[in-house]
Amino acid sequence: MGRASRKFVFPVLGLLCLVLFYSTRATGEGSANQSRIDHGRQLVLTHGCGDCHTPWKLGANGPEPDSSRLLSGHPQELVMPPAPPAQGPWLVNASATFTAWGGPWGVSFSKNLTSDKETGLGNWTEENFIQTMRTGREMGKGRMLLPPMPWPSYQHLTDEELKSMYAYLMSIPVIKNKIPDPVAPSAPEPAKK
Amino acid sequence: MSKIRLNESGNVKLSELIATTLLLMCRRLISRYCHWRGTQAIFGMLVLACVLRGESGAGGANPKSLSETGLYSDFATKSIAKENLMYSPQYALWSDGAAKKRWVYLPPGATIDASDAENWVFPVGAKFWKEFTFGKRVETRIIEKTAPEKWSYQTYAWNEDQTDAFLVGANGSRNHCEIAEGIKHDIPGVNDCKVCHEGDGRDVILGFSALQLSPDRDSLAPHAEKFDSTMIDLNFLIAQGRLTNLADEFKTKPPRIQGKTPRERAALGYIWANCGGCHNADDPLASVGMELKLPLRPDSSGQDSALASVVGHPSKFKIPDNGEDPTYRILPGYPEHSSLIYRMQTRNPIRQMPPLGTKIVDQEAVDLISEWIREDLGK
Repeated sequence: MGRASRKFVFPVLGLLCLVLFYSTRATGEGSANQSRIDHGRQLVLTHGCGDCHTPWKLGANGPEPDSSRLLSGHPQELVMPPAPPAQGPWLVNASATFTAWGGPWGVSFSKNLTSDKETGLGNWTEENFIQTMRTGREMGKGRMLLPPMPWPSYQHLTDEELKSMYAYLMSIPVIKNKIPDPVAPSAPEPAKK
Repeated sequence: MSKIRLNESGNVKLSELIATTLLLMCRRLISRYCHWRGTQAIFGMLVLACVLRGESGAGGANPKSLSETGLYSDFATKSIAKENLMYSPQYALWSDGAAKKRWVYLPPGATIDASDAENWVFPVGAKFWKEFTFGKRVETRIIEKTAPEKWSYQTYAWNEDQTDAFLVGANGSRNHCEIAEGIKHDIPGVNDCKVCHEGDGRDVILGFSALQLSPDRDSLAPHAEKFDSTMIDLNFLIAQGRLTNLADEFKTKPPRIQGKTPRERAALGYIWANCGGCHNADDPLASVGMELKLPLRPDSSGQDSALASVVGHPSKFKIPDNGEDPTYRILPGYPEHSSLIYRMQTRNPIRQMPPLGTKIVDQEAVDLISEWIREDLGK
Protein backbone atom coordinates (compact mmCIF):
# COMPACT_ATOMS: atom_id res chain seq x y z
CA MET A 1 0.00 0.00 0.00
CA GLY A 2 1.45 3.32 -1.03
CA ARG A 3 2.07 6.15 1.40
CA ALA A 4 -0.67 8.28 -0.14
CA SER A 5 -3.18 5.42 0.14
CA ARG A 6 -2.30 4.84 3.81
CA LYS A 7 -3.12 8.46 4.50
CA PHE A 8 -6.78 7.74 3.74
CA VAL A 9 -7.12 4.51 5.71
CA PHE A 10 -8.00 6.02 9.08
CA PRO A 11 -10.42 8.68 7.81
CA VAL A 12 -12.22 6.08 5.70
CA LEU A 13 -12.37 3.63 8.59
CA GLY A 14 -13.67 6.39 10.84
CA LEU A 15 -16.33 7.27 8.30
CA LEU A 16 -17.36 3.64 7.99
CA CYS A 17 -17.65 3.35 11.77
CA LEU A 18 -19.85 6.44 11.85
CA VAL A 19 -22.12 5.10 9.12
CA LEU A 20 -22.29 1.74 10.87
CA PHE A 21 -23.10 3.41 14.20
CA TYR A 22 -25.91 5.56 12.82
CA SER A 23 -27.37 2.83 10.64
CA THR A 24 -27.54 0.37 13.56
CA ARG A 25 -29.01 3.09 15.73
CA ALA A 26 -31.65 3.83 13.09
CA THR A 27 -32.36 0.12 12.76
CA GLY A 28 -32.62 -0.07 16.53
CA GLU A 29 -35.14 2.75 16.58
CA GLY A 30 -37.07 1.19 13.72
CA SER A 31 -37.07 -2.12 15.51
CA ALA A 32 -38.24 -0.50 18.75
CA ASN A 33 -41.04 1.21 16.87
CA GLN A 34 -42.01 -2.05 15.15
CA SER A 35 -41.98 -3.81 18.49
CA ARG A 36 -44.30 -1.13 19.87
CA ILE A 37 -46.64 -1.52 16.87
CA ASP A 38 -46.64 -5.31 17.32
CA HIS A 39 -47.46 -4.93 21.00
CA GLY A 40 -50.24 -2.49 20.08
CA ARG A 41 -51.65 -4.93 17.54
CA GLN A 42 -51.75 -7.64 20.16
CA LEU A 43 -53.54 -5.32 22.60
CA VAL A 44 -56.05 -4.12 19.98
CA LEU A 45 -56.80 -7.74 19.07
CA THR A 46 -57.11 -9.00 22.62
CA HIS A 47 -59.15 -6.04 23.81
CA GLY A 48 -61.75 -6.58 21.12
CA CYS A 49 -61.50 -3.15 19.46
CA GLY A 50 -62.39 -4.74 16.12
CA ASP A 51 -65.57 -6.26 17.53
CA CYS A 52 -67.23 -2.86 17.18
CA HIS A 53 -64.87 -0.73 15.11
CA THR A 54 -64.49 -3.15 12.18
CA PRO A 55 -67.87 -3.56 10.40
CA TRP A 56 -69.13 -7.12 10.26
CA LYS A 57 -70.52 -8.71 7.13
CA LEU A 58 -72.32 -11.95 6.46
CA GLY A 59 -69.80 -14.46 5.09
CA ALA A 60 -70.03 -18.10 4.10
CA ASN A 61 -69.78 -19.14 7.74
CA GLY A 62 -71.97 -16.44 9.19
CA PRO A 63 -71.04 -12.93 10.46
CA GLU A 64 -67.37 -12.07 10.21
CA PRO A 65 -65.35 -8.85 10.39
CA ASP A 66 -64.81 -7.16 7.03
CA SER A 67 -61.02 -6.95 6.94
CA SER A 68 -61.13 -4.53 4.00
CA ARG A 69 -62.64 -1.99 6.39
CA LEU A 70 -60.30 -2.73 9.29
CA LEU A 71 -61.13 -0.51 12.29
CA SER A 72 -62.75 2.14 10.09
CA GLY A 73 -66.01 2.40 12.09
CA HIS A 74 -69.60 2.53 10.95
CA PRO A 75 -69.74 2.53 7.11
CA GLN A 76 -70.76 6.00 5.98
CA GLU A 77 -72.97 4.68 3.19
CA LEU A 78 -75.01 2.64 5.65
CA VAL A 79 -77.68 5.15 6.71
CA MET A 80 -79.58 3.66 9.60
CA PRO A 81 -83.31 4.14 10.15
CA PRO A 82 -84.33 5.42 13.61
CA ALA A 83 -83.51 2.91 16.32
CA PRO A 84 -86.38 0.98 17.94
CA PRO A 85 -87.55 2.49 21.24
CA ALA A 86 -85.20 1.65 24.09
CA GLN A 87 -87.57 -0.22 26.35
CA GLY A 88 -88.45 -3.66 27.65
CA PRO A 89 -86.11 -6.59 28.16
CA TRP A 90 -84.46 -6.01 24.75
CA LEU A 91 -83.20 -2.62 25.84
CA VAL A 92 -80.23 -2.42 23.50
CA ASN A 93 -80.31 -2.81 19.72
CA ALA A 94 -77.41 -3.27 17.34
CA SER A 95 -77.00 -3.04 13.58
CA ALA A 96 -75.98 -6.12 11.62
CA THR A 97 -72.53 -4.54 11.26
CA PHE A 98 -72.14 -4.14 15.06
CA THR A 99 -71.20 -0.52 14.38
CA ALA A 100 -74.49 1.22 15.30
CA TRP A 101 -75.99 0.83 18.74
CA GLY A 102 -79.29 2.05 20.13
CA GLY A 103 -80.16 2.21 23.82
CA PRO A 104 -81.19 4.55 26.61
CA TRP A 105 -78.19 6.77 25.73
CA GLY A 106 -79.51 7.39 22.19
CA VAL A 107 -77.70 6.02 19.14
CA SER A 108 -73.95 5.64 18.94
CA PHE A 109 -71.77 4.82 15.95
CA SER A 110 -68.34 3.18 16.11
CA LYS A 111 -65.57 5.63 15.37
CA ASN A 112 -63.13 5.42 12.51
CA LEU A 113 -59.87 4.51 14.27
CA THR A 114 -57.62 4.73 11.23
CA SER A 115 -55.33 7.71 10.80
CA ASP A 116 -57.40 9.55 8.20
CA LYS A 117 -57.04 13.22 9.11
CA GLU A 118 -60.57 14.23 8.19
CA THR A 119 -62.65 11.29 9.37
CA GLY A 120 -60.41 9.25 11.66
CA LEU A 121 -57.81 9.78 14.36
CA GLY A 122 -55.32 11.50 12.05
CA ASN A 123 -55.55 14.78 13.95
CA TRP A 124 -55.34 13.15 17.34
CA THR A 125 -52.08 13.23 19.22
CA GLU A 126 -50.90 10.32 21.29
CA GLU A 127 -51.82 12.39 24.35
CA ASN A 128 -55.37 12.95 23.00
CA PHE A 129 -55.74 9.17 22.62
CA ILE A 130 -54.44 8.38 26.10
CA GLN A 131 -56.62 11.03 27.74
CA THR A 132 -59.70 9.77 25.87
CA MET A 133 -59.21 6.36 27.44
CA ARG A 134 -58.45 7.84 30.84
CA THR A 135 -61.41 10.24 31.03
CA GLY A 136 -63.98 8.63 28.73
CA ARG A 137 -64.27 11.93 26.85
CA GLU A 138 -63.56 12.74 23.20
CA MET A 139 -59.90 13.77 22.96
CA GLY A 140 -59.88 13.74 26.75
CA LYS A 141 -61.88 16.95 26.90
CA GLY A 142 -65.08 16.76 24.86
CA ARG A 143 -68.38 14.91 25.18
CA MET A 144 -68.61 11.59 26.99
CA LEU A 145 -67.98 8.46 24.96
CA LEU A 146 -71.16 6.44 24.61
CA PRO A 147 -71.93 2.76 25.23
CA PRO A 148 -70.88 0.17 24.36
CA MET A 149 -67.37 1.70 24.36
CA PRO A 150 -65.74 -0.03 27.37
CA TRP A 151 -63.44 2.85 28.37
CA PRO A 152 -64.06 2.27 32.11
CA SER A 153 -62.07 -0.95 31.65
CA TYR A 154 -59.51 0.53 29.28
CA GLN A 155 -58.72 3.41 31.62
CA HIS A 156 -56.70 0.91 33.65
CA LEU A 157 -54.30 0.24 30.78
CA THR A 158 -50.86 1.71 31.37
CA ASP A 159 -49.53 4.68 29.40
CA GLU A 160 -47.13 2.34 27.63
CA GLU A 161 -49.96 0.01 26.58
CA LEU A 162 -52.07 2.89 25.31
CA LYS A 163 -49.09 4.34 23.44
CA SER A 164 -48.60 0.96 21.76
CA MET A 165 -52.28 0.77 20.77
CA TYR A 166 -52.05 4.29 19.33
CA ALA A 167 -48.87 3.38 17.41
CA TYR A 168 -50.61 0.36 15.90
CA LEU A 169 -53.71 2.37 14.91
CA MET A 170 -51.47 4.93 13.23
CA SER A 171 -49.78 2.14 11.26
CA ILE A 172 -52.81 0.43 9.70
CA PRO A 173 -54.16 1.37 6.24
CA VAL A 174 -55.86 4.76 6.15
CA ILE A 175 -59.56 4.55 5.31
CA LYS A 176 -61.64 7.65 4.64
CA ASN A 177 -65.00 6.94 6.23
CA LYS A 178 -67.08 9.65 7.88
CA ILE A 179 -69.24 8.21 10.59
CA PRO A 180 -72.51 9.91 11.56
CA ASP A 181 -72.81 12.05 14.69
CA PRO A 182 -74.36 10.23 17.63
CA VAL A 183 -78.01 10.88 18.38
CA ALA A 184 -79.00 11.92 21.89
CA PRO A 185 -82.26 10.65 23.38
CA SER A 186 -84.93 13.34 22.86
CA ALA A 187 -82.92 16.24 24.29
CA PRO A 188 -84.46 19.70 23.73
CA GLU A 189 -82.89 21.67 20.90
CA PRO A 190 -82.32 25.42 21.18
CA ALA A 191 -85.10 27.55 19.74
CA LYS A 192 -84.37 28.98 16.31
CA LYS A 193 -84.00 32.75 16.42
CA MET B 1 -37.41 -8.62 56.12
CA SER B 2 -39.93 -5.88 55.53
CA LYS B 3 -41.27 -5.53 52.03
CA ILE B 4 -40.94 -2.20 50.32
CA ARG B 5 -43.99 -1.49 48.21
CA LEU B 6 -44.35 0.73 45.23
CA ASN B 7 -46.91 3.49 45.17
CA GLU B 8 -49.29 4.04 42.25
CA SER B 9 -46.66 5.70 40.11
CA GLY B 10 -44.22 2.87 40.72
CA ASN B 11 -41.98 4.79 43.14
CA VAL B 12 -40.86 3.68 46.57
CA LYS B 13 -42.51 5.71 49.31
CA LEU B 14 -39.71 7.71 50.92
CA SER B 15 -41.12 7.49 54.44
CA GLU B 16 -41.40 3.74 54.16
CA LEU B 17 -37.87 3.41 52.81
CA ILE B 18 -36.41 5.44 55.68
CA ALA B 19 -38.43 3.58 58.29
CA THR B 20 -37.45 0.21 56.89
CA THR B 21 -33.77 1.17 56.82
CA LEU B 22 -34.05 2.30 60.45
CA LEU B 23 -35.65 -1.00 61.35
CA LEU B 24 -32.77 -2.95 59.84
CA MET B 25 -30.18 -0.75 61.56
CA CYS B 26 -31.92 -1.14 64.91
CA ARG B 27 -32.10 -4.87 64.53
CA ARG B 28 -28.39 -5.08 63.86
CA LEU B 29 -27.40 -2.74 66.71
CA ILE B 30 -29.69 -4.38 69.22
CA SER B 31 -28.66 -7.89 68.32
CA ARG B 32 -24.97 -6.91 68.71
CA TYR B 33 -25.13 -4.87 71.93
CA CYS B 34 -28.25 -5.93 73.72
CA HIS B 35 -29.21 -9.41 74.83
CA TRP B 36 -32.57 -8.65 76.29
CA ARG B 37 -35.16 -9.77 73.80
CA GLY B 38 -37.80 -7.49 75.32
CA THR B 39 -35.77 -4.43 74.37
CA GLN B 40 -35.51 -5.71 70.84
CA ALA B 41 -39.23 -6.13 70.68
CA ILE B 42 -39.88 -2.57 71.91
CA PHE B 43 -37.45 -1.05 69.45
CA GLY B 44 -38.89 -3.20 66.68
CA MET B 45 -42.40 -2.07 67.50
CA LEU B 46 -41.36 1.59 67.53
CA VAL B 47 -39.83 1.37 64.10
CA LEU B 48 -42.72 -0.70 62.82
CA ALA B 49 -45.01 2.08 63.97
CA CYS B 50 -43.04 4.47 61.77
CA VAL B 51 -43.54 2.12 58.82
CA LEU B 52 -47.24 1.84 59.47
CA ARG B 53 -47.50 5.61 59.80
CA GLY B 54 -45.94 5.90 56.38
CA GLU B 55 -48.28 3.27 54.95
CA SER B 56 -51.35 4.95 56.37
CA GLY B 57 -50.37 7.91 54.25
CA ALA B 58 -49.78 10.45 56.98
CA GLY B 59 -49.55 13.67 55.06
CA GLY B 60 -50.78 11.91 51.93
CA ALA B 61 -54.38 10.82 52.57
CA ASN B 62 -57.10 13.37 51.99
CA PRO B 63 -58.94 14.63 55.08
CA LYS B 64 -62.42 13.20 55.38
CA SER B 65 -63.94 16.52 56.37
CA LEU B 66 -63.57 20.02 54.94
CA SER B 67 -62.98 21.30 58.45
CA GLU B 68 -59.62 19.48 58.39
CA THR B 69 -58.34 20.97 55.15
CA GLY B 70 -56.96 24.20 56.59
CA LEU B 71 -59.47 26.53 54.97
CA TYR B 72 -61.04 27.69 58.21
CA SER B 73 -59.49 29.02 61.42
CA ASP B 74 -62.79 28.40 63.20
CA PHE B 75 -65.12 26.05 61.42
CA ALA B 76 -68.09 26.70 63.71
CA THR B 77 -68.19 30.36 62.71
CA LYS B 78 -66.86 29.64 59.19
CA SER B 79 -63.97 32.03 59.80
CA ILE B 80 -61.39 31.73 57.05
CA ALA B 81 -57.78 31.26 58.17
CA LYS B 82 -55.84 34.46 57.56
CA GLU B 83 -53.25 32.80 55.34
CA ASN B 84 -55.98 31.86 52.84
CA LEU B 85 -56.64 34.78 50.54
CA MET B 86 -59.97 35.43 48.87
CA TYR B 87 -60.03 36.31 45.18
CA SER B 88 -62.56 36.76 42.41
CA PRO B 89 -61.83 36.36 38.68
CA GLN B 90 -63.21 39.14 36.53
CA TYR B 91 -64.60 36.65 33.99
CA ALA B 92 -66.32 33.89 35.93
CA LEU B 93 -66.81 30.39 34.60
CA TRP B 94 -70.54 29.68 34.19
CA SER B 95 -71.66 27.07 36.73
CA ASP B 96 -75.43 27.01 36.23
CA GLY B 97 -75.88 30.15 38.28
CA ALA B 98 -74.01 28.96 41.38
CA ALA B 99 -72.68 31.69 43.66
CA LYS B 100 -69.01 30.98 44.16
CA LYS B 101 -66.31 31.95 46.64
CA ARG B 102 -62.65 31.23 46.14
CA TRP B 103 -59.53 31.24 48.27
CA VAL B 104 -55.86 30.60 47.60
CA TYR B 105 -53.04 29.53 49.90
CA LEU B 106 -49.46 30.14 48.87
CA PRO B 107 -46.69 28.68 51.08
CA PRO B 108 -44.77 31.35 53.01
CA GLY B 109 -42.11 32.99 50.86
CA ALA B 110 -43.11 30.99 47.78
CA THR B 111 -43.65 32.81 44.51
CA ILE B 112 -45.55 32.28 41.27
CA ASP B 113 -43.52 32.33 38.07
CA ALA B 114 -45.49 34.77 35.89
CA SER B 115 -43.09 34.91 32.95
CA ASP B 116 -45.84 33.53 30.72
CA ALA B 117 -48.84 35.75 31.50
CA GLU B 118 -51.24 33.10 30.26
CA ASN B 119 -49.63 30.13 31.99
CA TRP B 120 -48.51 30.92 35.51
CA VAL B 121 -46.39 28.30 37.27
CA PHE B 122 -47.41 27.86 40.89
CA PRO B 123 -45.17 26.79 43.77
CA VAL B 124 -45.53 23.32 45.24
CA GLY B 125 -47.95 23.59 48.15
CA ALA B 126 -50.23 26.13 46.45
CA LYS B 127 -53.83 25.29 47.28
CA PHE B 128 -57.13 26.59 45.92
CA TRP B 129 -60.63 26.23 47.39
CA LYS B 130 -63.88 26.98 45.54
CA GLU B 131 -67.24 26.94 47.29
CA PHE B 132 -70.45 26.44 45.27
CA THR B 133 -73.74 27.71 46.60
CA PHE B 134 -77.18 27.13 45.09
CA GLY B 135 -79.25 28.85 47.78
CA LYS B 136 -77.14 26.97 50.30
CA ARG B 137 -73.64 25.55 50.21
CA VAL B 138 -73.50 22.42 48.05
CA GLU B 139 -69.83 21.63 47.55
CA THR B 140 -66.31 22.93 48.10
CA ARG B 141 -63.58 21.86 45.68
CA ILE B 142 -59.87 21.81 46.44
CA ILE B 143 -56.96 21.75 44.02
CA GLU B 144 -53.47 21.45 45.48
CA LYS B 145 -50.07 21.34 43.82
CA THR B 146 -48.36 18.42 45.50
CA ALA B 147 -45.18 18.22 43.40
CA PRO B 148 -43.83 19.87 40.26
CA GLU B 149 -46.40 19.22 37.50
CA LYS B 150 -48.59 17.24 39.90
CA TRP B 151 -51.94 18.32 41.32
CA SER B 152 -54.44 16.62 43.58
CA TYR B 153 -58.20 17.14 43.40
CA GLN B 154 -60.83 16.67 46.08
CA THR B 155 -64.44 17.68 46.51
CA TYR B 156 -66.37 18.01 49.76
CA ALA B 157 -70.17 17.82 49.74
CA TRP B 158 -72.00 19.89 52.34
CA ASN B 159 -74.53 18.11 54.54
CA GLU B 160 -78.16 19.14 54.77
CA ASP B 161 -77.83 21.23 57.92
CA GLN B 162 -74.67 22.92 56.59
CA THR B 163 -72.60 21.92 59.61
CA ASP B 164 -69.84 20.18 57.68
CA ALA B 165 -68.79 18.92 54.27
CA PHE B 166 -67.39 15.46 53.62
CA LEU B 167 -64.99 14.05 51.06
CA VAL B 168 -66.71 12.76 47.92
CA GLY B 169 -65.34 9.61 46.25
CA ALA B 170 -63.13 9.75 43.18
CA ASN B 171 -66.10 9.20 40.87
CA GLY B 172 -67.95 12.28 42.15
CA SER B 173 -71.66 12.34 42.86
CA ARG B 174 -74.00 12.44 39.87
CA ASN B 175 -77.39 14.12 40.27
CA HIS B 176 -76.38 15.23 43.73
CA CYS B 177 -79.09 17.81 44.38
CA GLU B 178 -81.80 19.68 42.50
CA ILE B 179 -80.78 23.18 41.41
CA ALA B 180 -83.72 23.99 39.12
CA GLU B 181 -86.92 22.22 38.23
CA GLY B 182 -85.95 18.76 36.99
CA ILE B 183 -82.25 19.61 36.85
CA LYS B 184 -79.76 18.08 39.24
CA HIS B 185 -76.23 19.22 39.93
CA ASP B 186 -73.30 16.84 39.40
CA ILE B 187 -70.37 16.92 41.78
CA PRO B 188 -67.36 16.19 39.57
CA GLY B 189 -65.12 13.17 39.92
CA VAL B 190 -61.34 13.38 39.78
CA ASN B 191 -61.30 12.64 36.03
CA ASP B 192 -63.75 15.50 35.46
CA CYS B 193 -61.44 17.84 37.38
CA LYS B 194 -58.53 16.78 35.21
CA VAL B 195 -60.46 17.50 32.01
CA CYS B 196 -60.31 21.22 32.75
CA HIS B 197 -57.27 21.49 35.01
CA GLU B 198 -54.60 19.38 33.36
CA GLY B 199 -52.84 20.09 30.11
CA ASP B 200 -49.46 18.73 29.09
CA GLY B 201 -47.77 19.51 32.37
CA ARG B 202 -49.00 23.10 32.56
CA ASP B 203 -50.62 24.50 35.70
CA VAL B 204 -54.22 25.17 34.67
CA ILE B 205 -55.93 27.29 37.30
CA LEU B 206 -58.59 29.01 35.22
CA GLY B 207 -59.63 31.82 37.55
CA PHE B 208 -56.22 32.86 38.89
CA SER B 209 -54.14 34.56 36.22
CA ALA B 210 -52.88 37.98 35.16
CA LEU B 211 -56.08 38.76 33.24
CA GLN B 212 -58.48 37.27 35.78
CA LEU B 213 -56.91 39.21 38.66
CA SER B 214 -56.33 42.40 36.72
CA PRO B 215 -57.47 45.50 38.62
CA ASP B 216 -58.78 46.80 35.28
CA ARG B 217 -61.99 44.80 35.69
CA ASP B 218 -64.66 44.54 33.02
CA SER B 219 -67.94 45.94 34.33
CA LEU B 220 -69.88 44.34 31.44
CA ALA B 221 -68.63 40.81 32.13
CA PRO B 222 -71.61 38.43 32.45
CA HIS B 223 -72.31 37.57 36.09
CA ALA B 224 -69.54 39.92 37.17
CA GLU B 225 -68.81 39.48 40.83
CA LYS B 226 -68.41 42.51 43.04
CA PHE B 227 -64.78 43.07 43.93
CA ASP B 228 -64.26 44.22 47.50
CA SER B 229 -61.39 45.07 49.80
CA THR B 230 -61.29 41.59 51.34
CA MET B 231 -60.13 40.19 47.99
CA ILE B 232 -56.68 40.13 46.49
CA ASP B 233 -55.79 41.15 42.94
CA LEU B 234 -52.76 41.43 40.68
CA ASN B 235 -51.52 44.57 42.46
CA PHE B 236 -51.61 42.76 45.80
CA LEU B 237 -49.52 39.89 44.47
CA ILE B 238 -47.01 42.34 42.97
CA ALA B 239 -46.80 44.37 46.19
CA GLN B 240 -46.31 41.23 48.28
CA GLY B 241 -43.52 40.03 46.02
CA ARG B 242 -45.50 36.88 45.16
CA LEU B 243 -44.89 37.13 41.41
CA THR B 244 -41.60 36.69 39.63
CA ASN B 245 -40.87 37.56 36.02
CA LEU B 246 -44.13 39.41 35.42
CA ALA B 247 -43.77 41.53 32.28
CA ASP B 248 -42.99 45.12 33.30
CA GLU B 249 -45.75 46.56 31.13
CA PHE B 250 -48.38 44.70 33.17
CA LYS B 251 -47.12 46.42 36.33
CA THR B 252 -48.01 49.81 34.92
CA LYS B 253 -50.79 48.85 32.51
CA PRO B 254 -52.89 45.98 33.90
CA PRO B 255 -53.81 43.34 31.33
CA ARG B 256 -57.19 43.65 29.62
CA ILE B 257 -58.95 42.19 26.61
CA GLN B 258 -58.49 44.63 23.74
CA GLY B 259 -62.04 44.85 22.41
CA LYS B 260 -62.95 47.45 19.81
CA THR B 261 -66.12 48.18 21.78
CA PRO B 262 -67.05 47.54 25.43
CA ARG B 263 -69.41 44.79 24.23
CA GLU B 264 -66.64 43.11 22.26
CA ARG B 265 -64.34 43.26 25.28
CA ALA B 266 -66.98 41.56 27.47
CA ALA B 267 -67.82 38.94 24.81
CA LEU B 268 -64.19 38.03 24.22
CA GLY B 269 -63.53 37.97 27.96
CA TYR B 270 -66.39 35.54 28.49
CA ILE B 271 -65.14 33.32 25.66
CA TRP B 272 -61.59 33.56 27.04
CA ALA B 273 -62.71 32.21 30.41
CA ASN B 274 -65.40 29.72 29.36
CA CYS B 275 -63.96 28.31 26.13
CA GLY B 276 -60.28 29.28 26.09
CA GLY B 277 -59.36 26.97 28.95
CA CYS B 278 -59.36 24.06 26.46
CA HIS B 279 -59.37 25.83 23.10
CA ASN B 280 -55.93 27.37 23.10
CA ALA B 281 -52.62 26.83 21.36
CA ASP B 282 -50.94 25.26 24.42
CA ASP B 283 -53.63 22.69 25.19
CA PRO B 284 -53.74 19.07 24.00
CA LEU B 285 -56.85 20.19 22.06
CA ALA B 286 -54.73 22.58 19.96
CA SER B 287 -55.16 20.22 16.99
CA VAL B 288 -58.81 21.33 16.77
CA GLY B 289 -57.42 24.68 15.64
CA MET B 290 -59.51 27.05 17.71
CA GLU B 291 -57.72 29.73 19.68
CA LEU B 292 -60.19 31.26 22.09
CA LYS B 293 -57.71 32.29 24.73
CA LEU B 294 -56.57 35.52 23.15
CA PRO B 295 -52.93 36.50 23.64
CA LEU B 296 -52.50 39.07 26.39
CA ARG B 297 -50.01 41.40 24.82
CA PRO B 298 -50.33 45.09 25.61
CA ASP B 299 -50.28 45.97 21.90
CA SER B 300 -53.01 43.34 21.24
CA SER B 301 -50.77 41.69 18.64
CA GLY B 302 -51.72 38.11 17.95
CA GLN B 303 -55.35 38.80 18.81
CA ASP B 304 -56.45 39.09 15.19
CA SER B 305 -54.82 35.84 14.15
CA ALA B 306 -56.40 34.09 17.13
CA LEU B 307 -59.83 35.45 16.20
CA ALA B 308 -59.31 34.33 12.61
CA SER B 309 -59.40 30.75 13.90
CA VAL B 310 -63.09 31.23 14.63
CA VAL B 311 -64.51 34.32 12.93
CA GLY B 312 -65.47 33.45 9.35
CA HIS B 313 -63.93 29.99 9.78
CA PRO B 314 -65.97 27.01 8.46
CA SER B 315 -67.15 24.66 11.17
CA LYS B 316 -66.67 20.90 11.10
CA PHE B 317 -69.68 20.72 13.38
CA LYS B 318 -72.89 21.22 11.40
CA ILE B 319 -75.93 22.86 12.97
CA PRO B 320 -78.82 20.37 12.63
CA ASP B 321 -81.77 21.47 10.48
CA ASN B 322 -79.68 24.26 8.98
CA GLY B 323 -80.57 23.15 5.46
CA GLU B 324 -77.90 23.72 2.87
CA ASP B 325 -76.59 26.74 4.74
CA PRO B 326 -72.94 26.25 5.66
CA THR B 327 -72.05 26.41 9.31
CA TYR B 328 -69.27 28.63 10.54
CA ARG B 329 -67.64 28.70 13.93
CA ILE B 330 -68.68 32.37 13.97
CA LEU B 331 -70.35 33.92 10.93
CA PRO B 332 -70.18 37.72 11.27
CA GLY B 333 -73.70 39.14 11.40
CA TYR B 334 -75.38 35.75 11.81
CA PRO B 335 -75.38 34.14 15.24
CA GLU B 336 -77.94 31.60 13.99
CA HIS B 337 -75.35 30.22 11.55
CA SER B 338 -72.58 30.22 14.13
CA SER B 339 -71.82 26.86 15.71
CA LEU B 340 -70.36 28.60 18.75
CA ILE B 341 -73.78 30.05 19.60
CA TYR B 342 -75.61 26.82 18.79
CA ARG B 343 -73.38 24.81 21.08
CA MET B 344 -73.62 27.40 23.86
CA GLN B 345 -77.39 27.25 23.80
CA THR B 346 -78.00 23.54 23.58
CA ARG B 347 -77.85 21.15 26.49
CA ASN B 348 -78.02 18.11 24.26
CA PRO B 349 -75.19 16.25 26.02
CA ILE B 350 -73.60 15.25 22.73
CA ARG B 351 -73.50 18.76 21.31
CA GLN B 352 -73.30 21.16 24.21
CA MET B 353 -70.34 23.35 25.02
CA PRO B 354 -68.76 23.33 27.48
CA PRO B 355 -69.21 19.55 27.48
CA LEU B 356 -69.26 19.30 31.28
CA GLY B 357 -69.93 21.38 34.37
CA THR B 358 -73.23 22.83 33.17
CA LYS B 359 -76.79 21.67 32.54
CA ILE B 360 -78.44 25.08 32.23
CA VAL B 361 -77.92 27.49 29.33
CA ASP B 362 -76.21 30.76 30.23
CA GLN B 363 -78.76 32.95 28.48
CA GLU B 364 -77.13 36.23 29.51
CA ALA B 365 -73.92 35.15 27.80
CA VAL B 366 -75.74 33.77 24.74
CA ASP B 367 -77.47 37.15 24.33
CA LEU B 368 -74.23 39.11 24.78
CA ILE B 369 -72.23 37.05 22.29
CA SER B 370 -75.12 36.89 19.79
CA GLU B 371 -75.30 40.70 19.87
CA TRP B 372 -71.55 40.96 19.42
CA ILE B 373 -71.69 38.64 16.37
CA ARG B 374 -74.72 40.46 14.93
CA GLU B 375 -73.84 44.07 15.71
CA ASP B 376 -70.08 44.40 16.15
CA LEU B 377 -68.88 41.76 13.70
CA GLY B 378 -71.76 42.25 11.26
CA LYS B 379 -70.95 45.86 10.45
